[in-house]
Amino acid sequence: MIPTVPQSSAMKWSYRAYVTLFFIYLALPLTVVCAFAFNDSLFPSLPWEGFTWAWFFGNEAPFIGVFHERSILRAIGTSAFVAFWVSSLSVTVGICNAFLFVRHDFRGKGFLYILMLLPLIIPGVILGISILVFASAVANTLEDATGLWFDGLRPGLILVILGQFSFITTFATLVISARLQKFDLSLEEAALNLGASKWGAIRQVTLPFLLPAIVGAGVVSMLMSFENFNTTLMLVGSDAPLTIAMFDKLKLGSTPVLNAVSLLLIVGSAALGILSLIFQRVKE
Amino acid sequence: MVTDRSKLGFYLLISPLLLWLVTLIILPHIGLFAVSMSEKVGVREYETGFGNYAVFFNEPLYWRTFARTALMSISTTVLTLLLGFPIAYYIAKLTRGRTKTTLFLMCLIPFWVSELVRTFGWMILLRETGILSNFLQYIGILAEPVEFLYNDAAIMVGLVYTSILFMIVPLVTTLDSLDDSLIEAGYDLGGSGFSILREIVIPHAMPGIVSGCIVVFMLSLGNYLTPILLGGKDSLWFTGLIYTQFITRFNWELGSAFGFLLLGLSSAVVFLGLKLSRQSLSNTMGR
Repeated sequence: MIPTVPQSSAMKWSYRAYVTLFFIYLALPLTVVCAFAFNDSLFPSLPWEGFTWAWFFGNEAPFIGVFHERSILRAIGTSAFVAFWVSSLSVTVGICNAFLFVRHDFRGKGFLYILMLLPLIIPGVILGISILVFASAVANTLEDATGLWFDGLRPGLILVILGQFSFITTFATLVISARLQKFDLSLEEAALNLGASKWGAIRQVTLPFLLPAIVGAGVVSMLMSFENFNTTLMLVGSDAPLTIAMFDKLKLGSTPVLNAVSLLLIVGSAALGILSLIFQRVKE
Repeated sequence: MVTDRSKLGFYLLISPLLLWLVTLIILPHIGLFAVSMSEKVGVREYETGFGNYAVFFNEPLYWRTFARTALMSISTTVLTLLLGFPIAYYIAKLTRGRTKTTLFLMCLIPFWVSELVRTFGWMILLRETGILSNFLQYIGILAEPVEFLYNDAAIMVGLVYTSILFMIVPLVTTLDSLDDSLIEAGYDLGGSGFSILREIVIPHAMPGIVSGCIVVFMLSLGNYLTPILLGGKDSLWFTGLIYTQFITRFNWELGSAFGFLLLGLSSAVVFLGLKLSRQSLSNTMGR
């Protein structure tokens, strides 16, 4: 079943049909979500009542569009805040980890590397509850000892950021290490020969080389943070990020506003993803 | 002097890693285990013991949900492999250049979007007033609206959709590295399509198959959204039980025990998968 081996045309065509069907299966849910963002009806279902922009810009009840729906706007803001901190933290720690694992040899390196990979195989819900339990235990102990309140350790945005950071860092580390491994050390030595300091050589030679991977890791972290649900669900306090807010609305009943938000999310993440791919291709 | 400075650099590099792993991964899991081992005997009084685990084994609802979650995750994994393999093979072996990149990118895009949005799409498609029901009525297969949502089949459709990318990507990577001439040689030696698949293609793709299966199984086992939104009122999922114990009932001791059981199952499967295929975690997950 490779191009150089002849095959019956019935076989070839049924294979193609299967691949086509598969891509329809992939595209169908997203297409439907986007299409119903424009349906002039109170429910995201058939019949089709005509085209409208109301679910984006409407400001008269019951047609309140996304851009006038306070709770959604606030949730987007919360998500962006969380995503910013998660991606900055994980990329920073990811760069350190990459240098540590690629450039240094030390006792227990293999063991630490396995530990570093563990968050990949721990289900998100478990990560969430373990951090919840641990943070509450620490908060209780501290409060009993000092008599002060430690709100940061109770469910809320700080715990959400820490929870997402705890597994997204692994992805950032893997992406950045992969690129650092391809780096030719003689370039750094050349910079040192020309009189650069160790830090200067890293800043002016190695980090620019790593830039595509750093940007890539940042984008991946943002997307993962924005769409994370399982870990966030267990750690969330009163400020709900977008996925949690949408989930709460969805449980009450779906309206086309959710389709409109979803459309914005699809366009946003596809654009971000493709941009980062293009950026990496240009750089390489 | 030089060694002192590189020592300092080494400690500066290793401290964020240790801080992250110790405070966010190791200690929380030890804490989770400790809580799961403590039984509440009175107000703010606890005893150490396996009581919470005993509750799990004595209450049929709990262990049945556990077994059901495990079985459905296994079926999802098998189904994802069967559906994904031909697609991965097509992308890796039957397309070239730009078509290949485009098809691969088309596989990726749905997974940049939140799982919530994807599940929402399936809700719109499958519900009683949804697209599928209307379409089947339109072409005359159904006489009246049918509810396709809120059953186990809907959960499976959603789970396969959510996880198929994690099967396709490792498969494409391993199949890409299979030299076409090996397949040609197989045909030259008189092999049939099936025997070549069994004796050349599948053995070569084994690392990809294993890592794909591990990830898909884990994602299905730990999924919360899809079973809750697509499944009916009585289609329970184990993560749903954990959520109930933690957030609704506020019984953290039992919830932690549930969490540990789920963690145990997923680790056991990962371990078995790696042992059976003689792979290491760094090779399969580290990419």
